Parts: sequence; structure tokens; C-alpha cells
Amino acid sequence: MKQFLIFVKKEWLHIWRDRRTLFILIWMPVVQIVLYGFALTNEVKNSNIAILDQAHDEASITIANKIAASRYFNLVKNLYSYNDIEATFKQGKIRMAIVFPSGFRHDLLHANSAQIQIIADASDPNTANTLTNYAATIVTDYQATLNHEQKLPYTISTQVRMLYNPELKGAYNFVPGVMALVLMLVCAMMTSMAIVKEKEMGTMEVILVSPLKPFRIIIAKTVPYLFVSFINIITILLLSVYALDVPISGSVWLLLAESILFTITSLSIGILISNSATTQQAAMFMAMLSLFLPTLLFSGFMFPIENMPFPLQIISNIVPAKWYFVIIKAVMIKGLGFAAIWKETLILIGMTAALLGISIYQFKIRLA
Amino acid sequence: MKAITVENIVKTYRIKKGVVEALNDISFSVDRGEIFGIIGPDGAGKTSLFRVLTTLLRADSGTATIDGFDVIKGYKQIRNRVGYMPGRFSLYQDLSVQENLEFFAAIFDTTIAQNYDLIKEIYQQIEPFKARKAGQLSGGMKQKLALCCALIHKPSVLFLDEPTTGVDAVSRKEFWEMLHRLKIQGITILVSTAYMDEASLCDKVALMQKGRLLSVNTTQGIIAQFKKTIWAIKATEMFRLMNELKNSEAIESCYPFGQYHHVVFKPAANNSELLKNIAVRGHFTQFEMKQIEPGIEDCFMELMQA
Repeated sequence: MKQFLIFVKKEWLHIWRDRRTLFILIWMPVVQIVLYGFALTNEVKNSNIAILDQAHDEASITIANKIAASRYFNLVKNLYSYNDIEATFKQGKIRMAIVFPSGFRHDLLHANSAQIQIIADASDPNTANTLTNYAATIVTDYQATLNHEQKLPYTISTQVRMLYNPELKGAYNFVPGVMALVLMLVCAMMTSMAIVKEKEMGTMEVILVSPLKPFRIIIAKTVPYLFVSFINIITILLLSVYALDVPISGSVWLLLAESILFTITSLSIGILISNSATTQQAAMFMAMLSLFLPTLLFSGFMFPIENMPFPLQIISNIVPAKWYFVIIKAVMIKGLGFAAIWKETLILIGMTAALLGISIYQFKIRLA
Repeated sequence: MKAITVENIVKTYRIKKGVVEALNDISFSVDRGEIFGIIGPDGAGKTSLFRVLTTLLRADSGTATIDGFDVIKGYKQIRNRVGYMPGRFSLYQDLSVQENLEFFAAIFDTTIAQNYDLIKEIYQQIEPFKARKAGQLSGGMKQKLALCCALIHKPSVLFLDEPTTGVDAVSRKEFWEMLHRLKIQGITILVSTAYMDEASLCDKVALMQKGRLLSVNTTQGIIAQFKKTIWAIKATEMFRLMNELKNSEAIESCYPFGQYHHVVFKPAANNSELLKNIAVRGHFTQFEMKQIEPGIEDCFMELMQA
């Protein structure tokens, strides 16, 4: 036990004395959360639009005002001829243009049908889609107020309720995703360096010629990093609750326990990499290559797994981050309890045990 | 029981397409409480031999035992009882002197206080710097700290791989004095060095070259085997003298040794006459020559030639 504790203390001193690395480890999650939260958002807000109102009647002005007042749109220009539309698009000033034909209200009231043209810049198809939907919704709203006055014989109205995330905030999806990504990268990269460093510095040669057992070396190396990761978990959760307004709906303790489990899984991956690499650079590269992309692609936080081809869906199962992502979404966003995530938890525990087992088995008791 | 036995150890490395024979049929044994020196130039295979004996490398064939334990089957027992100081400084550079020592004491399940007597004389020299990071120590102090760390668990056999390489002359002398004090405590020491002058400080030496042991004997034994006559020659023009001697057909070998050139003649040659002839012909000034007793270095030069 004393052997073990002194080894942990030694590892801790390595981390503590390398202030620059420690600084990066502590601040990386903060920077990532803030980046994803405020800069890399795929929500559509304040898109610049232009309006060509050839009618200038009560109806067209009301709709135009509603659109301009919406937080999705930002009216930058009133156009006066049809030719201006294309020119303004080409200048890159707007993403969408709305055209009211002349006699708009007249057609609406007397012909019972009027048209509005919505022209969107579809070079970014997702944004174009979202914008036209928003605009169409506003028009429908206006229509509903008109209809209110005169009774129609048959109407079906849909009532939509967005569960767990009524405001459709992107943060509800990416906070769990970033947690998975950051914990995986920080833990795995940190530990992947740990054993290789001893090999590179030659200290492995000395500690091998000692009574230290491989599994003690491996466990002792992960403990201090577990502590650093725990700080990361806390900062991510605090930031998401207080800076991004993503509440923790479920049990905080369950969330922490599951996060610690995932941290241990990530640390074990790092140890496994560290065992097989011979230089710190190689270890770093292996960790980046084998963890960053798969975690990004297969955790389900950027690209829905259901939409992937079947073979890729199978591959996604071996990515621990996928399971953790499911767990975090369930506990944090949906507020579910352990009963809903026991299967995912069991899978993570199994993966961790296997990874640690392989690491200890593979640990080279000799040089070369 | 011998402290170390080595029988027919062979170790080869595959480097790209070629095969390098690092250890070629090495056999020797070391008695308890002996200082055994492995002397050889760089690349002779000294470090490979140390790694095989400290259980860090598997030999291709042959057997070796430390304190009766086989280096393969009994590696755990061996790792409990030996001290190893690798050729390259292998302590934690970001830990202080004291932290390093505490760490190595603890992993061997002992404390500094328990074996302080053993390291006292060495440790006292670096104790003023005990709060300093190991990476910031001078070369000699690093070696002393490494020796302390290798000794802190009172090993029965101590492996020192080139402990004095890159260390100044005074520190080297001190280092060897320490080894003799450790020997008195009953610790068997296997030490390698590239400096031949250190051979005479060992009880027994093995000369190693290109993976082979050329000779294993006591220092006196090796000198006694040397049958040839050695002449020491000196002049003001040392470099020209060396060239002149090398070109002379009657001369078997000639090496610079400090102030003198040591010369061995071919058996038939008329030694002193020849030397005088060279001196006269070459117009050397302050020419001086004398017959001397062979030293251990002369013997090694001779053995390495063969």
C-alpha cells in the first residue's frame, strides 16, 4: 500500500510541476464548452434578409413587420425592383429575400388566395431550409388570425410539443457531446503519455528492476489523472448550468458517478496506447487519430447514428463515447434514473474491465 | 554459492536487414563481495550484458543466475535484491534529490532512515542540494544520487553500468573509493567502464570487445600473462616520433600513454640498438628511453590487437 501511495504521489508531482500542461488540461474543457456554446452553434439566429414589397398595403406591411421583429431575422434592406434581389444575393449581404406582389391584400380578400415568394440562398441547404420554414410559420400565423374572424367548416390544427428541450436549444445536444469528447481526449491523451514518458526518459529501466507489480504501476498512474478529470467534469457541469442554461434534470450524483466511470474507461484506453507506443509523439498521434475522429463521428452528437449505413452503426458500438452520450442525455436532459441506463452502464463497465485487463496483460515486464 | 554466474550467453539484435551479435558466448562468474569490472570500448556489449543480468532483456541462449536465481524464472526474486544503475541518468528529473531517494526507498518497501548508514557517506555530499530538482544537478552529483537510489534498499548485488562516464577525475576517484567501502559491507559489485585505468581498482576484470570476453582474471593475473618487454620512449617531437616508430618494420605495436609512447618489438629485433638508431636518424631532441614493467593497460592493448 505504501508503495502504491508513493507512486501516486510521484505521478501527482509530475503533473503538478508541469504547470503549463496542467493549465491546458484544466482550461481546455472551459474553452471547448464556450466555443461550442457560443461560436460553433448551428442554430439560426439574426439572419440578414431583404424585403421587396410591391403591394405596400396593410397585409404586406403587417407580415413584413412580424418577420422583421422575429429574432430569427434581421431586415437589412428594402428592395424596390426585382432585379435588386439577385444583385443583393451576389453581394452576400442577405440569406433570404421575401417578395410581396402588387395587389397582395386585394387578391387575398377578393380572390381568396395570395402569393408570397420566398427566395433563399441554398448554398447552405440546412440554413435555407430552416429560414424558409421560419418565414412560412410566420405567414401561417398571420393567416390564422385572419381565419379567426371568419369560420371555416373544417380545420385540422397540429399541436406540437417539443419534449425535454422546448426551446430547441442546441446546447441540450452538444453539452453531453462535448463532455464525452473532452473527457475522452483529456483522459486518454494524458495517460497515453504517462507510461511512454518513463520509457523515453529511461526511468522505466529502473522501476522495472524493482518489486513493483505491473498492475500497481498502471493503477497508480491513472489515479492522479482521475482527479484532474473530476475537476473537468465539475467545470463542464457548472458551465453548462450557469453559462448555457442547460439544467441537470436528473440526479447529480448519478451523473457524476457515470462520468467517473467513463473517465476510467478513457484512462484505460490511454494506458493501452501508452503500452504499445515507444515515443511520446507516437502516443500522442495514436491517441488523436484513434480517439478524436471516432468520438466525434460515432458518439451521435454531431451526426445521428440512425442515419448511418448499417456497418458504421455496428462500428459505433465499440466507441465508448456513444454509450456515455446516451447516458448523459438520459440523466441530464431527460431526467431519467438508473433504471433507464443500466444497460449502457454495464457496457461501459465491461469495456473498462477489458481494456484494463489487456493493459495489465500487455505490460512489458522487460525492455523490448 | 557464487553471486553471479553467466554461462554461454548469446544475444543478437536484428537491425533492419543485418544481425548484430551483441553478446557472443559470454561465460564468467563473480564471487560474493567482489568488485568485478567489465572493461571495453563503446559498443562492446557491456550494456546488453547488464540488461540480461538485471532481467531486463532475454538472452537468445545460455543461462545466468544472480544469487542462485535464474534471470528468466527467478526474475521477481532478482528484482527484489539487486541494485541497478543504468548508463544513462535514469531518475526523475522533475523530482528533487530527496523525493527521488524517498521514492526508490518506498518502492523497495524500506525507508531512507533504515539504510542511511549505507549511503551516508555518499548522500552527505549531495545533502546540501536535497531540495534541488535532479535534472538541475551537475554530472557528478547526478551519479552520486543515482548510486544512492540504487543502494537505498541494501542490494546484495549492485550493477553499475558505466557509472563514471562523463564524470570529472576527482569525482571518479571518490566514486571508486565509495565502491570499495560498499565492498567491505559485503555487496557484490559488477561495474562496467570504458576507462582502462579503472581496471586496476577492480578485484577481477573481464575485457570485452565486440561481444566477446577476451580475458577474465585478476589484475595481477592479466599482467603476469604478459610476456613481452615494454619500452617507454619520449622526445620533444612526440607526434613525429610516433609516426617514425609505426613505420619501423621491427616494431610490433606502439601506443601513446601519457608522457611516453609504449613500444613492443618483434621478437627477433635488437631492441635498444634499434631505438637509438631511430633517434639518431630522426634528429629527435631530449630523447629518452627505458624498459618498464607492463601495466594493465598495456595488456589490454595487446589483447585487443589479437
